Amino acid sequence: MKPEPLLDVAELSKRYALQPSGSPIARAIRRLRHGPEAVPKLHAVDDVSFTIGRGETVGLVGESGCGKSTLVRLIARLIDGNEGSIRLGASELTHIPAKRFASVDERVKIQMVFQDAGESINPRYTASDAISDPLRRLRGLSGDALRSKVEEAATRCGLPLELLSRYPHQLSGGQRARVGIARAIAVEPELLILDEPTAALDVSVQVVILQLLEKLKVELGMSYLFVSHDLNVVRLLCDRVLVMYLGKIVESGPAREVFANPAHPYTRALVDAVPDAKRPPSGRVRLSGEIASPIDPDPNTCRFVGRCPKAESLCRQAMPRLQPVRPGHQAACHFSSSGPQT
Amino acid sequence: MAAPALLVDNLSVEFQTRSGVVKALEGVSFNVAKGETLAVVGESGSGKSVTAYAVMGILDAAAAVTSGRAVLGGLDLLAASKEAMAEVRGREVAMIFQNPRTALNPIRRVGDQIADVLLRHANVTPNAAPREAIKLLETVGITDPVRRAKAYPFELSGGMCQRVMIAIALAAQPSLLIADEPTTGLDVTTQAIIMDIIAERASATGMATIFITHDLGLAAERADRIVVMHAGHVVEAQRTRDLFAHPRHPYTQALIAATPGHTSRLAELSTIGGNLPDLRAAKLPACRYAARCPRKLAICDSSLPSIDPTAPEALACHNPVSSPPMGEAA
Repeated sequence: MKPEPLLDVAELSKRYALQPSGSPIARAIRRLRHGPEAVPKLHAVDDVSFTIGRGETVGLVGESGCGKSTLVRLIARLIDGNEGSIRLGASELTHIPAKRFASVDERVKIQMVFQDAGESINPRYTASDAISDPLRRLRGLSGDALRSKVEEAATRCGLPLELLSRYPHQLSGGQRARVGIARAIAVEPELLILDEPTAALDVSVQVVILQLLEKLKVELGMSYLFVSHDLNVVRLLCDRVLVMYLGKIVESGPAREVFANPAHPYTRALVDAVPDAKRPPSGRVRLSGEIASPIDPDPNTCRFVGRCPKAESLCRQAMPRLQPVRPGHQAACHFSSSGPQT
Repeated sequence: MAAPALLVDNLSVEFQTRSGVVKALEGVSFNVAKGETLAVVGESGSGKSVTAYAVMGILDAAAAVTSGRAVLGGLDLLAASKEAMAEVRGREVAMIFQNPRTALNPIRRVGDQIADVLLRHANVTPNAAPREAIKLLETVGITDPVRRAKAYPFELSGGMCQRVMIAIALAAQPSLLIADEPTTGLDVTTQAIIMDIIAERASATGMATIFITHDLGLAAERADRIVVMHAGHVVEAQRTRDLFAHPRHPYTQALIAATPGHTSRLAELSTIGGNLPDLRAAKLPACRYAARCPRKLAICDSSLPSIDPTAPEALACHNPVSSPPMGEAA
């Protein structure tokens, strides 16, 4: 359907090795009894594949701890994965170690807007310094050329030029958000990763920032990966949505369709948890229990099984894979093909 | 009508700061009935939390209550002595805070923290307290409460900590619970469960609930009645359904129009022009929304309609949105 994706992520995994537990003596006894012990690993991102088309906005939703941030950091090449590939256009990015990524040409193409601009901007940088920094480092600009680019980015983001000499603490939340966005778009990236860009803002400011992002996307021809846990915002801004649970993508598809007709029980619970005055809270799906441990999970058990209202014995014997439920809409559930519940 | 569980009448609070006096609250009036869930909504800086802190008597030292009363069961909380307030807090009025992990004592087991309240306020003997604490953990839906009672806050998830806070708040069966953004920072799935627990406990005990939130959608779903605050004023109060069907204050209307959830397109969301006024200004206009208001009249700078603190509805506007206003966005 889509000609050639901008970003193609395939079978991407990230595991963190943990310290083995217990005292040295306990560990020695365990080794004697069970042989060399395996280091426990936390599976933060597990075999994730998806694409983002040119000019497309893809939303990434899921609870805290589900691996959203790790996935985003992998794609932004701030950290290295264990397996899998990340292709941006024609180039494979996983061949370049994260440590060196800051000095290669591709760095310009992927930029990131962080959650709270008040905390992600160096407090000793003025707004102008913050926006200049990537332009100087990645585009090699200086002097008048630099100044004019900084002013152009600020203007695009609706940041009055007289505020450029201010420090973050002298700016309002909305103005700081604009600085964070201006900083990221100044170098004209192809992919902009937005990590909860409006989570810290009041609704009146949130609307302005969301509308600004929508405008910039069209003007600059960028693609967005938009991380949020506000499903209402994702529904408004995103073409497609990825739903993540414990390191895995459990559902993906057109945003409107996924929220209107969730195929995975987890997505159903997420949608049912969104406040809605028109539906009484009783009778909606509620998740009992806590999210399972991401440390060495059983590869043959669905990650959602402990909280799933539909779980059956099959779910403990085979990990469900993403399967199409409708065109362009996939879900990883053994029982999703039976269609959405009423 | 029966006497309200809490009546706040003409409450004003000022903060002394290095750059001048900040008039954080001015003439705030509202009431909450027994068994009612009242939401107080507004953007940051609107004075929602300051109102709650004033009622609880836990304002910052730089703050001073300059007028008003807050009557709970015949006692004016704002005039009560420190000793009297120490008895009221935890027994009659309890509060749960945003970010439960920082509100709990990090170096004490959560079971002990619940037992503290039981011993202080609920006439429970030291022998029975641990057992009662475990029972309370059970009522807020904590699985394996015996083991969890021995946990420290850092060993529990955010949602779990908030349940512990609710258990502490409800330990002495207060007649009023004030919940200040109880679910901000939690996942929506956890938020739904926490709000269910609060609603369930409130209906089981007939307790009145004031919950403070910036999330209009959450207020719409959970509250019987909503009080809208802006820059330290109550601008409007109505039954929830009426407020959304017929918002009368221009600010309420703008706030609803800016909230995602009711539309299907981003472009349909309206923005609210201007910023909150500087609350330090020596000469604030009578209506603090006047500078942002598309319906402003000359009189708005000099006078503000007063609010009846005992009425279920309130409107502080000279030029309210006429009755069936749907669709006419400012």
